[in-house]
Formats: sequence, structure tokens, C-alpha cells
Amino acid sequence: MAEQGKIRQLTRRGILLDFLGSMNLAITILVIIAVASVIGTVLQQNQPYNNYIIKFGPFWHEFFKTLNLYDIYSASWFLVLLLFLVISTSVCIYRNVPVMLKDMRNYRLNAQLKTLRTMENSQDWQLSSDVQATENKIKQFLQVNRYQLREKQHADRKVITGMRGKWNRLGYMFAHVGIIVLCIGGFMDGTFDIALREWTGKSVVDINTELVKDMPEESQLKPGELFSFRGNISIPEGLKANFVLLQVREGRLVQYLPFAVELKDFRVEHYESGQPKSFESDLVIHDDQLDKPLEKTISVNYPLIYRGYHIYQASFGDGGSKLKFKVWPFNDYQLRTLDIDGVVQEERIIDTAKGQLTLEFVDFKKFNVFPAPKDDPQKRKFMNFGSSVVFKVRDSSGAAREYINFMSPVLQNERYVFITGMRTSVAEDYRYLHIPSDDNVSIDRFMKFHALLNNTPYVQKVAVETVNTILKDAPGGDQFRDNIIRVMMDLLDQFNYGGYQAIERYIRDAQVDNEQKRKMAEAYSKVLDTLMKSLYVEVLRQEGVDVEKGINRAQEQFYFDALDALRQLHLYGTPFYLQLTDFTHRESSGLSIAKLPGKNIFYLGCLMVIIGIFLLFYVTHQRVWLVMYTGENGASHLLFAGSGNRNQSDFRQHFQELSEKVDAILKA
Amino acid sequence: MSVPDNVIQDELKPASFFKSLSIVDWVFAVLLLAGSVFAYQKYAYLMDGYEVGILFGTALSLVALGWWWKQTRVLMFAIAAISLLAILLYEPAIANLNKDGLFGRDAVAALSSLDDKTHSKFLFKYFLSSTSAIMWMSALFVIATFAYFFATFIRNEFAGKVASGLTWSATTMGFVGLMVRWRESYLIGADIGHIPVSNLYEVFILFAVVTALIYLHYEGKYKTKTMGGFVLLIISASIAFLLWYHFEKGAHEISPLVPALKSYWMKIHVPANFIGYGAFALAAMLGVAYLIRSKIEKSNPSSQAIQMLPSLNMLDDVMHKSIALGFAFFTIATVLGAMWAAEAWGGYWSWDPKETWALIVWLNYAAWLHMRLTKGWRGAPLAWWAVIGLFITTFAFLGVNMFLSGLHSYGEL
Repeated sequence: MAEQGKIRQLTRRGILLDFLGSMNLAITILVIIAVASVIGTVLQQNQPYNNYIIKFGPFWHEFFKTLNLYDIYSASWFLVLLLFLVISTSVCIYRNVPVMLKDMRNYRLNAQLKTLRTMENSQDWQLSSDVQATENKIKQFLQVNRYQLREKQHADRKVITGMRGKWNRLGYMFAHVGIIVLCIGGFMDGTFDIALREWTGKSVVDINTELVKDMPEESQLKPGELFSFRGNISIPEGLKANFVLLQVREGRLVQYLPFAVELKDFRVEHYESGQPKSFESDLVIHDDQLDKPLEKTISVNYPLIYRGYHIYQASFGDGGSKLKFKVWPFNDYQLRTLDIDGVVQEERIIDTAKGQLTLEFVDFKKFNVFPAPKDDPQKRKFMNFGSSVVFKVRDSSGAAREYINFMSPVLQNERYVFITGMRTSVAEDYRYLHIPSDDNVSIDRFMKFHALLNNTPYVQKVAVETVNTILKDAPGGDQFRDNIIRVMMDLLDQFNYGGYQAIERYIRDAQVDNEQKRKMAEAYSKVLDTLMKSLYVEVLRQEGVDVEKGINRAQEQFYFDALDALRQLHLYGTPFYLQLTDFTHRESSGLSIAKLPGKNIFYLGCLMVIIGIFLLFYVTHQRVWLVMYTGENGASHLLFAGSGNRNQSDFRQHFQELSEKVDAILKA
Repeated sequence: MSVPDNVIQDELKPASFFKSLSIVDWVFAVLLLAGSVFAYQKYAYLMDGYEVGILFGTALSLVALGWWWKQTRVLMFAIAAISLLAILLYEPAIANLNKDGLFGRDAVAALSSLDDKTHSKFLFKYFLSSTSAIMWMSALFVIATFAYFFATFIRNEFAGKVASGLTWSATTMGFVGLMVRWRESYLIGADIGHIPVSNLYEVFILFAVVTALIYLHYEGKYKTKTMGGFVLLIISASIAFLLWYHFEKGAHEISPLVPALKSYWMKIHVPANFIGYGAFALAAMLGVAYLIRSKIEKSNPSSQAIQMLPSLNMLDDVMHKSIALGFAFFTIATVLGAMWAAEAWGGYWSWDPKETWALIVWLNYAAWLHMRLTKGWRGAPLAWWAVIGLFITTFAFLGVNMFLSGLHSYGEL
């Protein structure tokens, strides 16, 4: 054996095999794969390239892109590493399996006495008599202990050997062949053929095209053109699709299917907490090969496998709900409202005093369940805020703000408020505006109040009336009253323009000392408050409330709530409020469709690895030797020795027990 | 010489396994199988075919476990008895509360609440509700940790037995906590009920009891209690996390499952994984003990402390066995995970962070085992490696959920 080894090392092929099959190479590859895999988990994979540029800057972005770090598990160098692992394992198998198979059959009948004596587990007896009878008993004893026996008469000794647990050796083979098999299965289902098509220029990943039907020829794949794939498609209720989209780095390919999938109905159930409990899709498969369309319901964890295509329930979303809105203008004192329609994922242009704005309807949700505050008076755990719509308002410069509006007023602090949120970028949290509702739980009074504040002639009239009533007998006469009225109008103007902050600025800029500023602020807030209250009473009167009898607490509270909302309104950003008045909900189902021809090969590999590991760890290849020989003094001797290839301490104990029994037999 | 051959032969024969079983073993097996038939009859309507298979498969595995490792028969009996007591007491208690207008989650909470003086029941409050059972487990594990160190320090056999007893009791209460929690989840709402291995809080309990069980097995096999303190340290650390998670984050609240977790796969994937994690953690702690002892042996060979530590050979041996056990089950768990992913996410391998880290853990221990089995490494380098392995495993178990985003985000903090 040693000779052969030397000869083999001298040939070039031998050197190569030694290198590829060496444990050092295998361990090095294992470690490199592990480290490379870490990179892929820390660096989020397959994000839009812009995110990376923002994160790392253009230089590192280019560098990372060149190394293919954004799609590391499809990178050619990563595949080469895996290939090396497979080669290294194969060489290892090629070199070891013949030895092991031989070892399974080799009973080591030629073992030298010298060798056996020096083994860790060995014991020697001097025999008194009746060797034949004892020998048979010991043989029987070993057999009942599941040792398979062989024997050989040498010139100077008789050797009986026993062996058990030889399947341990097959464990090695199972585990390592299994690794190769599962790698093959995994490779079959990987993205290698997309990479190949890209490399040969047969396919080009599309980056810009929005609609599938507009995608260029070279980004489209006919059914069966890809050996394996995993793609996604979102189908709105009532529609069908015969393709999936494959995400490749920053772009996509469209893979056509040999059949069409129709979404007949989509259902989602919710827990009390608003979390989705289950969602399922009623699918209809339209295929020329079928006599009639195949109907099947799929849900999470319960996919449909049709003609080798796995169709999974992956997600859900809005499939283009139809929405109706009432537009309340903020800068028209005549409060001419407008009714408009919208469809989720579509957009429309609206003319406003600030020019043309684009409304982009982003999403619609039928329910919004949030945890209730701990001190909720109704002791609710969760509260449903009802339907909501998310939309963006984009101006001609392209800048957009995102809004979320809840359809129905929500009970908060024992009164109903309309909630609308605004943010200037998706990264921010919404800032919410709470618009109070009136006696009919509608938004009308607030809107009328706001319009009235902007109705300058009317405000003037009310201001005059108010001042003349309150300051009828004030010293200073008409000139003083006119002054007050002018200040009133001025203040309201400032308030409408920029809330209390504008008034504060107005005071700060006044050329007076601090004490006077304080007095001014006090006086101004009184003056403004007086005017607004008068205007509010006016609104109530127009509503038909008999204000002479006094107003109730809710109406009083409304005033303070309205004031809170009004002072923030200048931050709202759009010149209107979009009130969702009606909707037709239409859902879409997100399906994942995959063709995985290597799946069962992969599973077979896994099974082999598991069987192999258990054979390797829990079966020990054990050998025992019984050698009968004549000692130097002429007496008969029996040498009992044993070895196991795993778990030495367990074998030591096992051998101890065996030799105790052998001892008992000898002494019987 | 006068003894007839066949007598000797009988003596030599290793007794047939089934003949070696005592009447207790058979009673145990019959009770366990009867219990699973009862569970099947009562709850078959909630189970699909796979789950029925898992039920009876588990029953048979438990019979095998009880026959092979006798002490677990007592453990299983205790767990079953206490859990059944809790479940039987729950029914009427909940029915009473329903009359008072308390249902579901409120009713369950009222029974075990420390604040509610009118509804709460002594037994539930201090013993039987899942949260108090888990508190018992936590306290017992922590006391057992000290007890093991104390016992090795004073070298008192009785103290060692007490430490073992505490660990067995803690394990019992941990399992009782899980069993009762399982039932409680159904009492809260039929649509909320699920096996309690679905979030970080629940699997931490699983981790503690599984690690303790693996340890108890080696304790019995190697007849030494000197490893106990080290292993119980990592369990105590997980208990500390569990308590923080409970009191700071309110994680003990039973929450409903997301659709992706509603599958029979969870019942096998998660426990298999935690046998892996538990065994790796145990190996790492033995690695720590190994490094401490070998350091003392080098610097001060006559130190008394050496006598208190387990022998290096034994540590090396148990460390290897534990990693082999962990590796075998971790492999199964990862394959089961891949098969589940193929049904839930549309592919058996997506290079999702959790999957990738499972692979990294697997590669790490594969390398460890190769070094030991084919390169013949022993001792300190492997002990260090086992300790490092625990950090990698911890990242795969916790870090991925905390720092990386992906599909497998069920155990977020």
C-alpha cells in the first residue's frame, strides 16, 4: 500500500487527485463558502441598484457590482466554489470508497500477534485444557452478540475474527454521495440557464419597461425555454395571466406559461387583531390540453402542482379597487366641491388653484385594525379604523407628498374625528391631522367654518358687527374700533396663511420691547379668538342651530378641536381634502409559480445525507480477534483483541464486557 | 465443568430486548398509546392526515425513548399528570368565568392573574397556568445551576442528587408550561390555538428543556455531576433572556399564527431544530469546561480545583457525541425546513438569511466533525471551535431575526 501511494504521488494525475481530494482543500472550501454566504445575508440581495448607490456611493457600488455581490448566490465565482466542493467530495469518494468496500469484506484474518497485543483493547489467557469446547462456546457467544465470524488456520496460530457494524462504512458513502446528488438537484433548479442565455446574448434583462406587453422580444421566454424558474405574478380578481415575471438583478424577464391562470375569487380572513388569518385563491387553469378548465383553490402552504408547475399562494394586494371621492377645496370660500373617480394603481390629473396636480392612487384597504390604547373607555383590545386610501399628490416639478385618508370618522377621546395623514417621503412616518366631525358626524361643518374664515367680505362684516357690539361704549370711538377691526382681519389673514406660528412671527418682528410683545400676544389672541368664535357662531346659525339658547358641550368642543386642526392646516400641503365617499373593492392575488425539475433529486440527496450521518455516528464498525497460539513456555494461549472505528470509550466498555464473559467461559 | 452447555449459552446471550422490558415498561407503553388514541378521538377533527401521523409517530418515539432511557418514563408521567390536572381544572373554571362575561383571552388571563382577586384561582395563579409553570421552570433551573456548582465545590454526593432533582423538576415544569400553553391557546380562541413552538418566547422554553434533557442523559450515562453547572449556565442565560422578554416585552402573550406557520411542518421542523441547538450549546459549555480545566492543569497541576472539574477525556468525548447528535438533528431540521419552504414559499432553497445561516452552522459543524474524525484533532482546538460554534449558532437562531430581514421573520424581538 505504501509503495503504491508513493508511485501514485509521482504522476501528475496523482498529485492533482491528492490535492483535490485533500481534507485541507475540502475544509478550506467549506469555510470560504460559509464566509461568502455571510456576505449575502448581511448585504441585502437583489435590491434596486439605486438603494446600493445611496448606501455605498458610486465607487463601491461599481466594485460590489463587478464582484456580483448583489446576487452573490448566482455569481459565477460562488458557483465555482460549489463546483470545487463537489469535485473535492467526488475525488474523496473515488479514492475512499474502494478502500471502504474492501474494508467491509476484509476480516483481517492475517493480523499479526504482535500488532494485536499492542492494541488498546486486548487480553491474553493461558489455557488449561479443552480448547475445542471453549472455542465453540466463545464463537457462539460472539455470534449472539451479532458478530459475523471467519476463521483461518495459520502455521503457528488459529485466528478467528468477528466483525459487526460494517454499514458504518456505507454511511460515509451515503453522506458524501448525497451531498453531490443534492448539489446537482439544486443546480438544476438554479439560475444557470438564465445566466447562460444572458451570456450568449439570447436573453436580455429588461429594466425600464412598465407593461409586460411592451417588453422587448429578447426579454420574453416561451414556455419550456427555461429548464427551471421561479417567478411571480399578481392577478386581479376576474382576470387571467399566462406568464410570470422573473426578477433578475435590477431587471426582469417574462416567462410565458403553456396555460393561463385565472383568479376567480380571492378571500382573506382576519383575526380580531386585524392580522391576516388565512388567504386563498380560487384558480381556474385554462389549457388546451384540458377538456374543461381545471378549478382549484390554493392557499398558503397548500400549492397546486399542474404539469410540473408549482403554483403557490404568496401574497395579496389591491387589484384596482374603484374609488369615489369628494374634493373639498381649501381656498374657495364658496366651497364648490367636486366629485371624482379613481382606480387604485392608476392616476388622474386635477386642476387646482395651485395648477395641475397629479393624483396617484396607491392603495386601498378595506379594514385597518390597530391595537387600542390601554385606557380605552370601551375596553377594546383592538379598534377598526375602517377603510383607508393611500394616494400621492405630485406637482408639475415632480415632487410628491403621500397621504392616507380614512373613510369614516374614528372615535377618539369620546368624539369622532376624520383622520388624514401626510408625509413627504416614504421613509417618514405620517403626520396626522384630526378633523372634528359635526353633530351629524360629518365633515361639513369644519369645511364650512374653514371656508368662512377665507371669505374676506363676510369676515369683515362679522368683525364689524362683533366689535361694534362688544366695544360699543369703549373710549376712543370709531377710530379705535376701526383699528381693532383692521388688526382682527390682519390676524386672521396671518392665521389662515401660517397658523399661530405666523402670528408669533408677526409679533416677534414688531419694533417694541419684550414686555409690550407679551401684552400684544395676549391682546391679539383675545382679539382673534373673539373673531373666530363669532364666525363659528355664524356657522352654527347657518346650520340652523338656535344659538340664542346657547350651544351644547359637543358644539363647544368642536370649536376647540377645529382650532387645533386649523392651526396645522397650513402644513397639510395640498389645497384640498380628498374625502373617500364610496368604493368597489377589488383584490388581487400574488402567485409564485415555479418549475423545479431538480426538486426530487435534491430531496434524494438530502435523504442520503441523513441516512449517511446516522450510519456514521450511530453504527460503529467493530472487529474482534480470537487467536489461539502456543506460547514460549509451550502452554496454549488465547489472545482476545478488539477495535472500533468510532467512540473509543464506548468500545472500551463494550470490549470490557465481552472479555469478562470470555473469561467466565474459560473458567467455567 | 459440570454445567451443561445450554445453561452457559443462555447466560451468554444478551437478553432479548423485549424480554428485558419490565411490566412497568409495558404499562407505560400502553398508557402512552391509549393517551394518543384518546387524543386522536377527541381532536381528530382538528388534524389532517400528516398531523395524525405525527401524533402516533410521536407516541411511538416516546415509547422507544422511555424504554431506552428509563428515567424519562417518570418524566413523561409527571408531565402528563400535571398537565392533565391543569387542563381538567381549566374547563369548569373557564365555564364559570363565561357566566361572569369573561371569555377567551380575558378568562384565561383572569384565572392566573396576580392582580385579579375575584376570579383568580390559587392553583392557576401559582402553579398550573402556563406562565406560572414557566416561572417555576425558570426558578428551578437557576437554583439547579447554583446547586451543581455547590455540590461539586463541597464534593457532596447528596447535594449533587439535589441538583439533578432540581433539573428534572425544572424540565418537568417547562414541559408542563408548554403543554398547558398549548391548551390555553385553544381556550383563548379556536382559531388562535396552536402548538407552542411558534415564536421566540416559546422556543426559548423549548431550548431550555431540550438542552437540560440532553444534559441529563449524559449525566446518567457518565455518572458524574461535574458537568452540570457548566451546562446549566447556558440554560440560565436563556432563562434570563426569557424573563426579560416576558416582563419587558410582554412576549408571553399568546398571539395567533401568521398563515405561513399554519402547517404540520412546524410540529417537526422546530423541535428537530432545537435538539440541534441544544446539543450544540451543551457542547460549547463543555468546551468552556475543557478550556478551564486544561488551563489550570498547565498553570497549577496540583490545584484542588482540578478535582472539581470533569476529566478532559470525558469532556472531549461528550463534546464530540453532543455535536454529532446536534449535527444529525440539525441536518434533519434543515431538510424539513427546506421541504416546508417548498410548500409555503415556492422553493426549497431561496438563500433567505435564515436558510443561509442554517447552512453556515451546518458547514461549521461539518468541518468540526471532519477535523475530529479524519484529521484526528482532539482537545483544546476543538473545544475552542465548539465555543465559537455556539456564537455562530446563536447568530443563526437569534441574530438573523434581530438584524437581518427575510422570509423567516417569525421570532422578531
